[in-house]
Amino acid sequence: MAVTMLAPLAIILVYSFLTRGAYGGVEPPSTIENYMRLRDPVYAAIIFRSLWIAAVATALCLILGFPLALFIARSGNRKNLYLGLVILPFWTSFLIRTYAWMFILRDTGIVNSVLQSLGVIREPLPLLYNNGAVILGLVYGFLPFMVLPLYATLERLDPSLLEAAADLGARPRDTLVRVILPLCAPGIRAGAILTFVPCLGTYLTSDLLGGSKTVLIGNLVQNQFTASRDWPFGAALSLALMAIAIGVLFTVRRRGEELL
Amino acid sequence: MKGRGLALYALAAYAFLHVPLLILAIFSVNSSRFAVWQGFSLQWYRAVADDSNLIESSLNSLIIAIAATAVATVLGTLAAYGLWKRASSWLSGSLYLSLVTPEIVTGVSLLALFQWTFRFLHLRLGMHTVILAHVGFSLAYVVVVVLARLRNFDRSLEEAALDLGATEFETFWRVTLPYLGPAIAAAAMLAFTVSIDDYVITSLVAGVDSQTLPMVIYAMARRGVNPALNAVSTLIVFGLGVLVLLSERLRRA
Repeated sequence: MAVTMLAPLAIILVYSFLTRGAYGGVEPPSTIENYMRLRDPVYAAIIFRSLWIAAVATALCLILGFPLALFIARSGNRKNLYLGLVILPFWTSFLIRTYAWMFILRDTGIVNSVLQSLGVIREPLPLLYNNGAVILGLVYGFLPFMVLPLYATLERLDPSLLEAAADLGARPRDTLVRVILPLCAPGIRAGAILTFVPCLGTYLTSDLLGGSKTVLIGNLVQNQFTASRDWPFGAALSLALMAIAIGVLFTVRRRGEELL
Repeated sequence: MKGRGLALYALAAYAFLHVPLLILAIFSVNSSRFAVWQGFSLQWYRAVADDSNLIESSLNSLIIAIAATAVATVLGTLAAYGLWKRASSWLSGSLYLSLVTPEIVTGVSLLALFQWTFRFLHLRLGMHTVILAHVGFSLAYVVVVVLARLRNFDRSLEEAALDLGATEFETFWRVTLPYLGPAIAAAAMLAFTVSIDDYVITSLVAGVDSQTLPMVIYAMARRGVNPALNAVSTLIVFGLGVLVLLSERLRRA
């Protein structure tokens, strides 16, 4: 398995230091030119936009996912049912779930059709092909990744701690902020990693819901390996993406904490 | 009062998770091309059955998913067993790495690896490269699931079997493997679903003869409104749903 994982990455590492060939291949003189190009404002803007969108999507997942996880953890013997309902969409095709939002948001989609037939709007609203649509698609796709680890820590929370806080005169909000949230920190960290990393490298969501206006790192990498045929630069971009992902993993994860 | 607010919120959250797919299912039996309800009709399902492109790519997807699942399940189970017997920071490190690697990076790096080996072998991109790629990325999922079950396995059971004169292979085959059965089934399920659903990696390493269903769906989605796509999606979601429920049964049994 180390071979299946590391061999392709080793090739990418080598390619990232080579020069682009005349017909799209790679050629010797080795160079660090590909990494220098990452500083180009055009590419820096794409990297920055990817980080920003992934951060917003992760924050939204946390805000939306926390109450849901709390609800499941407190639902007694129906826990498994409610948990199953969160996991179920994860098992269905990601591509199809993204397409469902295209169907809902596009100009002739269901939202615009309904609003137009009710006479609320005359022209269709531009709901698709913008940053908002991409963030919506990401939150929809990765919410289960946030809810599951949050649920796992909330489930293990000792109820007597909450009673103790209440007995000592804490209002529910104080209990939430000063008892529940700090005890949930490991779950929040795991959920943030599991959401942020795939959001950062997303390709499909930004491609289908963002259109050509919302190019993210993932789309840029794909483009270098297909249309632009600039493999060395694509390789350098891939490694930059990996470096950010691993960096996030190491800063957020605490020693000895299980991620899964 | 607070409990009710939380329950209402949960209801809204579940609606957010499930209504989009429900909408697809409803409009797959709509007789109009557009997002306006005009009456019940199965015409889009007929259109799917008549589309040779869809049928052929579904077959490709099934062949790829079954082959990749079989290989990945066997290799992944053995890898997990090896990892459990002898902890290796290299192996567990690469396991973590493969779980945080964005799909697109896995895809382009496999493409680069294949193109590099093709310099020495007279091969081209096709079904075999897709299957190999699928084995590659589903392996990590199998290892994670099987390893989780092994962590709860009592080592003394293996020791007892060895003391009673079983060979190491017999011990694995007749003691450890039956214990792992449900986890292996769940892992195979997971490998199958990630394989049949994958678009990003597949599209990069596929050749002309290996169009998969997600690739055709993607092309249709990019082209615009097509109610037949709603029908295909409904069929897939339903099929995968049944598969998941079946495997849940298996796991509980």
